[in-house]
Amino acid sequence: MVVNCEHVWREISNYLEGDIEPNLRAAIEEHFRGCKHCTAVLDGTRNVIQLYGDERMVEVPLGFSHRLHRRLEENMASGRRSFLGWMVAAAAAILVAGGFEMGRSSVFSHPELRSEHAQPGSGVPPNMMVVVSEEGKTFHVPGCPFIHDKARLRTIAAREAIREGYAPCVRCMRKYLSASLISPSASADSEAQVSGSGNPNLRIKRG
Amino acid sequence: MPEEVMSLGSPAGQFNEELLIRRIRDGEHDLFYELIRPYERRVYSAALAILRNEADAEDAAQEAVLKAYKHIRQFRAEARFSTWLIQIAVNEARMRKRKEHAHMIEPIVDHQDEEGNYTPRDFADWREIPSETLERKEVRQILAEALASLGEKYREVFVLRDMQHLSIEETARALGITTASVKTRLLRARLMLRDLLAPGLGGNWSSKLSFAKGTKPW
Repeated sequence: MVVNCEHVWREISNYLEGDIEPNLRAAIEEHFRGCKHCTAVLDGTRNVIQLYGDERMVEVPLGFSHRLHRRLEENMASGRRSFLGWMVAAAAAILVAGGFEMGRSSVFSHPELRSEHAQPGSGVPPNMMVVVSEEGKTFHVPGCPFIHDKARLRTIAAREAIREGYAPCVRCMRKYLSASLISPSASADSEAQVSGSGNPNLRIKRG
Repeated sequence: MPEEVMSLGSPAGQFNEELLIRRIRDGEHDLFYELIRPYERRVYSAALAILRNEADAEDAAQEAVLKAYKHIRQFRAEARFSTWLIQIAVNEARMRKRKEHAHMIEPIVDHQDEEGNYTPRDFADWREIPSETLERKEVRQILAEALASLGEKYREVFVLRDMQHLSIEETARALGITTASVKTRLLRARLMLRDLLAPGLGGNWSSKLSFAKGTKPW
């Protein structure tokens, strides 16, 4: 087998890799003995592989390893935090579920309100004494001028009033309503109640 | 040959690695540092081969390692961990490059016909390389510049095979190309680098290095 220069150049990489048929290898070596050009190409290619294969050719920036480990550490820590967060959330969900069961009769549950337009309010101190009337729909602080049916009043704890479906008076109990009324989760009904406005003064006028 | 390559090649090294991966999966997350330590340089150089910018390469390398950590459960033992990790680094770097449209500034050599024969341009004698040559920063710089001037498809094959010492098959797997393509591109990359670096040719040597005028660095 006789090979020319072009053939040698095509195979020079495979020759250096040792990935070549014995017959072709012998023919190429025979060619090298008589061709200075191809020998120069062979030597140069071998030098390229040798030079670049040296580990000194791979230089990483100063502090690379430190920065990499720091970033990994942060990532692992945030992973642990989210795991912890997941655990806390799961525990909270269990507590809430349990609390819901226990709290069916407590101030924190919101049974069906007597008025479909009323808001349950939030943050009402459960032990605060409030006034309700049998036919009314709202509970008030004692002496509120907007109490209806003053003849049949009862004074009870706020938790009891809420359990019985009374809602806070939009005037005397306003501070317990404003938050829920202006919250984005407020229902369409509640928005109707405040005339589609966030202005608390309007709420008082319409209440 | 770099130490990590030798340790990886040994069955004991492979076994230790599998053990490490198993323990990490079982919750010993801190062992991940130990697992990746031998490959930090490789991950960086794989990213650099594609991005050609140190800061971008470091960022991509970090991201690749984080992804490997997050997806360690997806690693399948039939591949070597190093190949899998470098594959992630290659993908990360390629993704960044696509985002930055950096392909628009690829050198002209990238558009050469891959399958066509490459004819060496210079036949200068280049027989000896004293190993201390690489101690010189300017020599390393010239070599890095020559490598950076290659088109991406040649550069990435050359870096993985000749600098990171992956096998032809592993290089193909990491880059998602055939072994035949690896061989063709590797041949082209080697010959182009030889042409760029062979004494007597290449403006870089004569303009930047004093030894180019008569005295060879090797």
